[in-house]
Amino acid sequence: MGETKKAMSSPPLSPPAQPTTSPAPAPPPLGPGGFLRWMWRQLTSMRIALILLFCLAVAAIPGSVLPQRGIDPVLVNAWISDAPTWGPVLDRLGFFDVYAAPWFAAIYLLLFISVIGCVLPRTMHHIRALRTNPPPAPRRLTRMKEYRQFQLATSADEVLGNVEAQLRSRRWRVSRGGDLEQGWVAAEKGYARETGNLVFHAALIVLLIAVSYGSLFGWRGNVIVREGGGFSNTLTQYDAWGAGRMVSPDALDPFSITLTDFQVEFDRDSTQRGSPLLFEADVIVAPEPGEPTFTDVIRVNEPLSLGGAKVFLVGHGYAPQVIIRDADGRVVYDDNTIVLPQDGNQTSTGVMKAPDALPQLGFQALFLPTAAVDAVRGPHSTFPDTDDPAMFISAWIGDLGLDDGIPQSVYRLETDAMTQIGLRAIRPGEVWQLPDGVGSVEFGEIQRWASFQIAHDPGKEPALIAAGAALVGLMLSLFVKRRRVWIRATTGVDGDTVVEVAALARHDETDLTDDVDAAVAAAEGRDR
Amino acid sequence: MNSATLAEWSNAAVYASMVTLTFSLIAFAINFSARGQRGVARQSASVSVSAGGAGVTPADEERRTIPADDLRGRRAGNIGLALAWLAFGLLLMGATLRGIWAGRVPWGNMYEYSLSSGVAILGVYLVWSLRRDLRWLGLPIVGATLLTLGLAVTVLYTEAAQLVPALKSWWLVIHVSAAAICGGAFTFAASTAGLYLWRDRAERKDRVRGAVANLPAAAKLDLLTYRVLAFAFPLWTFAVIAGAIWAENAWGRYWGWDPKETWAFITWVIYAGYLHARSTAGWRGRRAAYIAILGWAAFLINYFGVNLFVNSLHSYAGV
Repeated sequence: MGETKKAMSSPPLSPPAQPTTSPAPAPPPLGPGGFLRWMWRQLTSMRIALILLFCLAVAAIPGSVLPQRGIDPVLVNAWISDAPTWGPVLDRLGFFDVYAAPWFAAIYLLLFISVIGCVLPRTMHHIRALRTNPPPAPRRLTRMKEYRQFQLATSADEVLGNVEAQLRSRRWRVSRGGDLEQGWVAAEKGYARETGNLVFHAALIVLLIAVSYGSLFGWRGNVIVREGGGFSNTLTQYDAWGAGRMVSPDALDPFSITLTDFQVEFDRDSTQRGSPLLFEADVIVAPEPGEPTFTDVIRVNEPLSLGGAKVFLVGHGYAPQVIIRDADGRVVYDDNTIVLPQDGNQTSTGVMKAPDALPQLGFQALFLPTAAVDAVRGPHSTFPDTDDPAMFISAWIGDLGLDDGIPQSVYRLETDAMTQIGLRAIRPGEVWQLPDGVGSVEFGEIQRWASFQIAHDPGKEPALIAAGAALVGLMLSLFVKRRRVWIRATTGVDGDTVVEVAALARHDETDLTDDVDAAVAAAEGRDR
Repeated sequence: MNSATLAEWSNAAVYASMVTLTFSLIAFAINFSARGQRGVARQSASVSVSAGGAGVTPADEERRTIPADDLRGRRAGNIGLALAWLAFGLLLMGATLRGIWAGRVPWGNMYEYSLSSGVAILGVYLVWSLRRDLRWLGLPIVGATLLTLGLAVTVLYTEAAQLVPALKSWWLVIHVSAAAICGGAFTFAASTAGLYLWRDRAERKDRVRGAVANLPAAAKLDLLTYRVLAFAFPLWTFAVIAGAIWAENAWGRYWGWDPKETWAFITWVIYAGYLHARSTAGWRGRRAAYIAILGWAAFLINYFGVNLFVNSLHSYAGV
């Protein structure tokens, strides 16, 4: 059973045997206790751990191929409606939220149980090994991978004394035995390999706990802020919000942020024309109501830290001012309307609703910072900056459907009870007189908006520490070599001392010549 | 020197490097197919695992007897290695000039990343070859580099452009260079694992003849694969952690199962499986070698597949 017992990347100290085919698992014994023990042995065996590792790798694949709810819910819905047969089935099986699916969790939980079942007994074993002295030299040292024999004029006792002192100063664990005629020194080094191995596996478990802790106690929200506008950190202000189960939305830090200026710069020269070069959000921050404010600049790789939360700049767009007047010339809508970008050149769409007009007016807007029209793509933008801005507006009249009490998206116009009365392109400063004198639309100035993600993840620092510990443990477990050295000194017939030096490594690939050289030098009383 | 000249020089260096590599490839092919270089002396290698109480494999003594008619193959190997050094220098120059032209590290898009990967693959191989005789590995390594560069100049070529704001970070230097070096090491390990499978089969059937006789013993190839992966796995772990720190800073979360992250995770899990398999009875040897090749496949899927075909936050291909 020794060979199939899980070994966590380092084989047992007994010299590696010939690779044998793994024995077929024994059938489960009768009785509930026996069965449980059998199950546990199976689960903590290396074979099962390996299979679970590969299951984990395979199970992670669908999440990179299929759209995922957590990343793009709109795409998921489109995918499901495109595949009416398979979509709902895959959906029910959790394929659109793979990393939260029960079967995915089952694999990694089993894997971690398997790791715990391996780490615990090995930790006990390792602690015992750290307390015991290296075992005495075997009778026949000649069989070791490294073996050397030579004669010295010094006495056996002196030779062994030299060796012991030298090896101890080189931080070997040393034991000594025998008598004046024939004695031995046994030394072992490289315990850090197993320590690192155990730290690595334990750190992975801590990492999983830290990730879970972060998702239970963390939260994140997204908010769009126009230049000159601001927001405060309360649930109602967020456009999107997600939080762990243990988060109380009332307990959010009461900071607020005002966006004073948002600067963007786009590539105009190279072949990657239109790709962004600079995003900078100048903000005024009030950490708490009534406290002194300060200014800050948020850039893409430079989030703002506020207490436990971080404010990230994640997107930008335009907010053209639109003024709508009704038949009497009364202003029924005047707002810098947020339009959402649809492509890299900021071809953007938005909606204006004027419920106070009689009858009600609604507008769908296509905002183009650099307008172009062609036969294939229709109206679209050719550059993300406002080089030649225009807005294509489609006007609707009728019932906006706002009085039903059903919540509506501000980015979508419900046209079921409305009639389209016209379509026009207007530029900043222009006014479009709607047909039949029902009112007018004026295109005012253009503002920018920035979108921020505010996130609080209390698990990330522990996760980073755990990851760092795992990396250190991993390197120890791969680069430290555990090996033993034996020195036997026998007084020969001629009065000389016959010295034998031998070494053995747990890993047959380890180069032991350095260690043997050092032991030989020590026996000769040289300092190497 | 103005920027257009810099660009031309960079491209010229890359093309010169590719031409040099082609000749290097031919030289290595001659070296590879030259018979009997190690053949007879190493027939017994497969039975050299020691019996006896200590059970430790005795040092795998290399007994290189060189028949006179074999000098041609050795000379070809030396020429291949010298040309590979020259190509490495040219490629390094091409990548550096590209970086100077763009005013940043030369891995801002897939073309540049491919150049840097070529530098990494050749670099890992050449540095290792300073320590031991690796002429037998020249053919797959130079082949892989040439393929990478070929794809770079044909499919992936993009003019140098400034970085999008998300890439403007020191983490670009740390994270991406670690990943590129890992790519080189993974390629190296996949080559030795593949050659191991070939050599091992020949040894089992006791038919170590022809080109396969030029390879080191299977046990040695297995050990080399392990050593390279034991170096690459912690580095890959580091690259993933560095990526997570950067992602936290740029996107507001350290892990979001973006396709690139997912495939980095899959690659990591497969190589973790390799390290465990190598110390498990019934898995070491051939199965472990297959796992090493599988890990490389996952790395390639991550590199090409995710950049070109999947909508990912990491899609900076620029093609």
